[in-house]
Amino acid sequence: MPSLGSIRRSFAPWSDPDAKPYISFRNVTKRFGDFTAVDNLSLDVYEREFFSLLGPSGCGKTTLLRMLAGFEEPTEGELYLDGQPLKGVPPHKRPVNMMFQSYALFPHMSVADNIAFGLKQDGMEKSARDERVAQMLKLVKLEEFAKRKPHQLSGGQRQRVALARAVAKRPKLLILDEPLGALDKKLREETQFELMDLQQELGLTFMIVTHDQEEAMTMSDRIAVMDKGIIAQTGTPAEIYEAPNSRYVADFIGSVNVLEGQVVASDDGHVTIEGRDGRFTGAVRGQGPAQGKTVWFAIRPEKMRVSREKPTDTENAVQGEVWDVAYLGDMTIINVRLDSGSVVQAAMINHSRLVDDPIGYEERIWLSFSADAGVVLDR
Amino acid sequence: MLRAVTNRLVILIPYFWLLFFFLLPFLIVLRIALSDLEYGQPPYAPQFSFSDGWEVISEKLSRLDFENFAFLAGDKLYINSYLSSLYIAFVSTILTLLIGFPLAYGMARAPENLRPILLMMVILPFWTSFLIRVYAWIGILKREGLLNQFLLWLGVIDAPLEILSTNKAVFIGIVYSYLPFMVLPIYSTLEKMDESLVEAARDLGCTRIAAFWKVTARLAVPGVLAGCLLVFIPAVGEFVIPDLLGGSGTLMIGKTLWIEFFNNSDWTVASAIAMILLIVLVVPIVWFQNAQARATEAGR
Amino acid sequence: MSGRWSWFNITSVVFGFAFLYLPIVLLVIYSFNESRLVTVWAGFSTKWYGELFRNESILDAAWVTVRVAFISASVATVLGTLAAVSLVRFTRFRGRTLFTGMVYAPLVMPEVITGLSLLLLFVAIDFARGFWTVTLAHITFSLCFVAVVVQSRLVSFDKSLEEAAQDLGCPPFQAFMKVTLPVIFPAVISGWMLAFTLSLDDLVIASFTSGPGATTLPMKIYSQVRLGVTPEINAVCTILIGIVTTGVIIAALLNKRRAMQDDRV
Repeated sequence: MPSLGSIRRSFAPWSDPDAKPYISFRNVTKRFGDFTAVDNLSLDVYEREFFSLLGPSGCGKTTLLRMLAGFEEPTEGELYLDGQPLKGVPPHKRPVNMMFQSYALFPHMSVADNIAFGLKQDGMEKSARDERVAQMLKLVKLEEFAKRKPHQLSGGQRQRVALARAVAKRPKLLILDEPLGALDKKLREETQFELMDLQQELGLTFMIVTHDQEEAMTMSDRIAVMDKGIIAQTGTPAEIYEAPNSRYVADFIGSVNVLEGQVVASDDGHVTIEGRDGRFTGAVRGQGPAQGKTVWFAIRPEKMRVSREKPTDTENAVQGEVWDVAYLGDMTIINVRLDSGSVVQAAMINHSRLVDDPIGYEERIWLSFSADAGVVLDR
Repeated sequence: MLRAVTNRLVILIPYFWLLFFFLLPFLIVLRIALSDLEYGQPPYAPQFSFSDGWEVISEKLSRLDFENFAFLAGDKLYINSYLSSLYIAFVSTILTLLIGFPLAYGMARAPENLRPILLMMVILPFWTSFLIRVYAWIGILKREGLLNQFLLWLGVIDAPLEILSTNKAVFIGIVYSYLPFMVLPIYSTLEKMDESLVEAARDLGCTRIAAFWKVTARLAVPGVLAGCLLVFIPAVGEFVIPDLLGGSGTLMIGKTLWIEFFNNSDWTVASAIAMILLIVLVVPIVWFQNAQARATEAGR
Repeated sequence: MSGRWSWFNITSVVFGFAFLYLPIVLLVIYSFNESRLVTVWAGFSTKWYGELFRNESILDAAWVTVRVAFISASVATVLGTLAAVSLVRFTRFRGRTLFTGMVYAPLVMPEVITGLSLLLLFVAIDFARGFWTVTLAHITFSLCFVAVVVQSRLVSFDKSLEEAAQDLGCPPFQAFMKVTLPVIFPAVISGWMLAFTLSLDDLVIASFTSGPGATTLPMKIYSQVRLGVTPEINAVCTILIGIVTTGVIIAALLNKRRAMQDDRV
C-alpha cells in the first residue's frame, strides 16, 4: 500500500509498540463549574516530539496545556511526565516551561534579566548564569538587545525573548501557547522554521497549541485535532489531511467538498456511495460502513481533475456549470454548480503562464477523480 | 477672526479666574506672612498697598522681615506641630496601605462581573460628607461608645479603652477617610496587570509568595506610590480629623493654623504657618506629579 | 488581572468594606434611636427627624448650602469645561505652564491654605463676606475638579468626529457644540455632580470665607458636633447620606442604561 503524503519519516516512536510515552494523559477530565473543558481524554506524546494541539477557541486545548504546566489540576484522571505522576506538583517544581500567548515578559526587567529569571530561581551561580543567558541571547539572535526593556522591542523580538526565557532552564518539555499568534503573516512563516530548528538543536519535546492549521501542518511531527474537550483525531499532518476520520477533521484542515449518499457497494478498501449528487467511489479506513448507511464522500479541491470532455478512464465523474473563477496566481479556484444544485470547489495548478482557452464562467465542465483521491466518512 | 476671539475667550476666562482667585490670594498670604501684627481690623499692618508708588514699595521692601518666621522657629509649639503632622500623616499612610493593598488586591482578583460593583462601593463613601464620616467615629470610639460596649460584651477587655481624643483616633480617622484614595490607584494598576506574568514567574520556579513579591508587588509600585502620596499630602494639612477625634495633645499644623486664625486672630502668624506648610508639601507634590507623568509615559 | 479569588482575597475585601461601611451604617441606625444618649439603644423612633424639621437654624443652613452648591457647581462646570478644553486643545499659548499648575494645584492644596488665602483676598479687596464669598470660593476649588474630570474624557475623544463635522460644513464652534459637547456630556454631568457634592461637604473653606448670615450646613453640624454627639445630627447626616447615595446610584444606573443602549445600536 502506498504511504500517505510525500515525506517518509524515520522519527515515528508512536508506531513503535515498545516506545515509552513521555507525556501521558490518562482519562483526564477538567470541569469549570458546569462547563466541561476536557472530557475523559487520553493522549501520549513521545520524547523529542513536536506535538500540536489544534482546534477552534474553546475546544479545551489551552486547558490541556495549563494542566501540564500545573496551573490547573485535572478534575479526574492522571497526568504523567517521564513516568512520574504530576498530581499535586506545583508549577514551580515541574520540569516544564511554558511560553505564554501574551509572552508575559516582566516589564520591569531587561531582556537579560527576563532570561535569567528562572535560572536565578534555581540558584544557579552568577557566572554560569551569565554564560547561559549569553548563549540564549545568541540562540535567538538578540545579543545587542540584552539591556533593553520589553517595551523597547518589536513583536518578533519579544516573541524570541519569551522563547529564550522558556528554554533557558533546559526544561524536559516546552509548552507553547499560540507562540506565533501575535506576529504578522510573513514573520510567522519565518519563525515557524526557526522554532523547528531550535527544537532539533536543543533536542526538546515541544507541545504547542494553535488554531492555525497551516502552522500545525508545517511544524509538527503529530497533530491532535480537538473538538469540544475531546480529541477528534491524532496523527501525522499527512494522515490528518489525507485520511481524516470525520467531516469535522476534514473540514478543519484545508478545504474540502463533502457530498452525502448511501453505501451501495464496497470492496477491499473502497466504498461506492450514491446520493443526489451522483455516484462516487472513495477510499475507506478498515472495515467500511454497512450497505445502505448514510455516509459522506469527502474530496479536496486539488484532487479534482477539470475537463471539458467526459473523462473515459474513470466512473468517478460529475458534470456541472462553472459558477465562479478565482485566479490566485499559483492556482485557480473554480466553483462548480452541479446539476443537483450543490456547489463544489476545484483547484487547478497553473502549470503554464499562458493558457490558450481558459475555462470561463457558465461553461459546462466535468470533474473527475480517482478512487483513491476521496475518502468516505461515516461521521 | 471670530474663531480667534472665541478661542482666546475659552482660555482667558478660566485663566483670569484662577489668576484672581487662586494666584493673587497666595501672593497676599505671602505678603501678610511678612507683615507685622497689629490690633485692629484687619489685624495686620500691610507692608504694601496696591496704591503705593514704586518708591514707597521699595522703601517698604527694605522693612520687610522674616519676623513671623523667626517667631515660628523660636516657638516649640509650631515646630512640634509640623513634626507631629508629618509623623501622624506618615503613620496613617502606612496603616492605610496595610489595609488598602489587600482590599485593592482582592478587588482586582474578584470575578470580572463583580468588579464594577466593588469599585463603585469604594467610591461611594467618598461622595458622602467627609465631616459626617469623621463624626460617625465619635460615637464608636467614645469611652462609652459602641466599640467599647462591644469589646466589653465580648469580654476581651474589662475596662473601656481610651481611644477618642488620642492620636489613635486620629490614625483611625485618617485611614478611614482616605482609604479610597489608596485603594483606587492600587486597584487600577493591579487590575491592568496581566495574570500570565504571575503564572510565568511560577512556571520559572517561583512559589506563589515569591511570585507575588517579585512580580505583583513590584509592578504595583507606581500605584502604591500614588496612593501613599494621595493620602499623605492632604493628611499633613488635615484639620477636621485632629480637631474632632484628637485630643488636646494632638498637634497638627492645620489645627494650629485654625487656632491662630480663629481663636487668637493672629493673621500674620497663620499666614506664615500656611507658607511653611506649603513649602513642606511642595516636595511630595512635585514628586507625585513626576510619578504621574512617568506612569503616563510608561503606559504608552 | 484574573485568576482565582482566594479566601484571603475574599476576607480582605469583606473586611475592607465592613470597615468602610460599618460606621456609616451605625450612624444611620442610631439616628432612629429613641434615647437622647446616642450610644444606648432605647427603641425605634423617628422623633429626631421631627425635631430636625422644627429646627429653624438647621433648615436655614441647609437652604444656604443648597443654593451655594447649586450656583457654584453650575458656574464651576462651565469654567472647568472651558479650562479642560484649553488644556487639551490648545497645546501652545503663553503661560500654559502656569495655567496647568493653577488647575492642578488646588486639587492637592490643603483646604486650610485655600480657605485662608481666599479670605485674605476678600479682606484685601474689601468684599463683604457672606453668601457670595463662599460661592466664589467654592467655584474656584471645584472648577479644578471639573476640569480634571472633563479633561480625562476629552483626551480620549476621537478628534476626527469633530473634523468630520467640519468637513460636512460645520464651523468649528458649532462642530464643538454639536458633536464634541454631546459626546463628552456625561463627563460634564459627573463634573457638575462632583462640584455639587464638594460644595455640599465643604467645612474648612466655607468657615474661612463665610460671614454673618451665611452659615452652611457643615458649619452648623461642626459647631454642634463640637458640643457632642446628638441624635439630631445623626438624622441630618442620614438625610444627607440618603440624598447623595440616591443621586450617585441614579447617575450610575443612567450611565449603565445609556451604555447598554449604545451597545444595542
